[in-house]
Amino acid sequence: MSILTLDDYFYNMKHTLALFVLLLVSCKTDKKTDTAQTNDIKTETSTNNDVKLEIHDFNGLEPYLNRTDDKIYVVNFWATWCAPCIKELPHFEALNANYKGKNIEVILVSLDFPHQFETKLKPYIKEHDLKSKIVVLDDVDMNTWIPKVDENWDGAIPVTIIYNKDKREFYDQTFTYESLENELKQFLK
Amino acid sequence: MKLFKTLSILAIVLVASAFSVNTTVASGYEVGDIATDFKLKNIDGNIVSLADYTSAKGFIVIFTCNTCPYAVQYEDRIIALDKKYADKGFPVIAIMPNDPEVQPGDSMEAMKARAVSKGFTFPYLMDEGQKIYPQYGATKTPHVYLLEKTNKGNVVRYIGAIDDNYKDASAVNTKYVEDAVDALLEGNNVPETKTRAIGCTIKVKNNN
Repeated sequence: MSILTLDDYFYNMKHTLALFVLLLVSCKTDKKTDTAQTNDIKTETSTNNDVKLEIHDFNGLEPYLNRTDDKIYVVNFWATWCAPCIKELPHFEALNANYKGKNIEVILVSLDFPHQFETKLKPYIKEHDLKSKIVVLDDVDMNTWIPKVDENWDGAIPVTIIYNKDKREFYDQTFTYESLENELKQFLK
Repeated sequence: MKLFKTLSILAIVLVASAFSVNTTVASGYEVGDIATDFKLKNIDGNIVSLADYTSAKGFIVIFTCNTCPYAVQYEDRIIALDKKYADKGFPVIAIMPNDPEVQPGDSMEAMKARAVSKGFTFPYLMDEGQKIYPQYGATKTPHVYLLEKTNKGNVVRYIGAIDDNYKDASAVNTKYVEDAVDALLEGNNVPETKTRAIGCTIKVKNNN
């Protein structure tokens, strides 16, 4: 089989549905292989201002996106430099508080820059007394990991995933408390 | 394995495009589409159009701004792109897509100041009225659209990130934009036509 370029494939896209399905399968297989090969989970921690950060590369973060227990997970990707993220963050905190003990876990995945962990992220966490689980994703190879979070994500934040072991929704949008709770309720039915 | 990798990248691209076709009404350009020209105001007060560049072979159009930390991380690399490729026929055209009323740090005055302090060698245009970025489908800053001038118009050849390491220019493994421009200059197909990176959402009224 000769290697066609992406451009060629693109132009023929509409006529290659069968190929597409085939490729999708290849893609998934390949991903699984990749994960198996690079399974050295890097977890670093550092302390300052009483705030301890849990820092992962994508391999370290991935388990948080794929839990198979009975909980509902609400995973929000944010950063202190992202104004719309900061605006909706209190709604995730409120959800976390209001559904405490109800088998729901809110996970806030920070995409803050490493050089701002001490100057921005930790002070923010402390000042706002964030109670939700916070993990930091520090992995520069975005083109590899972004599609693994969701195929439909182009990289703008904030985004949110709500999932349980049976169902998963990806939200490329910002939330009010009401709209966030409404989405969560779809999982509580 | 290389074929496998090519196929997996391709599958991702196809999935992404399939989804955007299905879920979004105005999803912007895909690779292969003809990109619109524009008339946007530069920091020097002049109006800039792609059509002004009669001898260009194409354009490195970059939606970027003053205020996004990722855009700031890439400022020096954007300047380097223009210095490397403007003379070869692929100048950088930077467009600031944010609404400056929402993001005052991206006002025309602030754009001028940044361009002067960094020594921008390329136009830095304000997308006044925010009419152009939605047509391209830019969703964040920085967001690159590499265009190749053809007799049909300016064809989109690459969409995505500048390279694969925002943090450290010296640790970059793949220079997506440079690889794409080099391929076009050599008459080859662009090796990777679409990539993704984290960026700041484009600031508009209501969503902020």
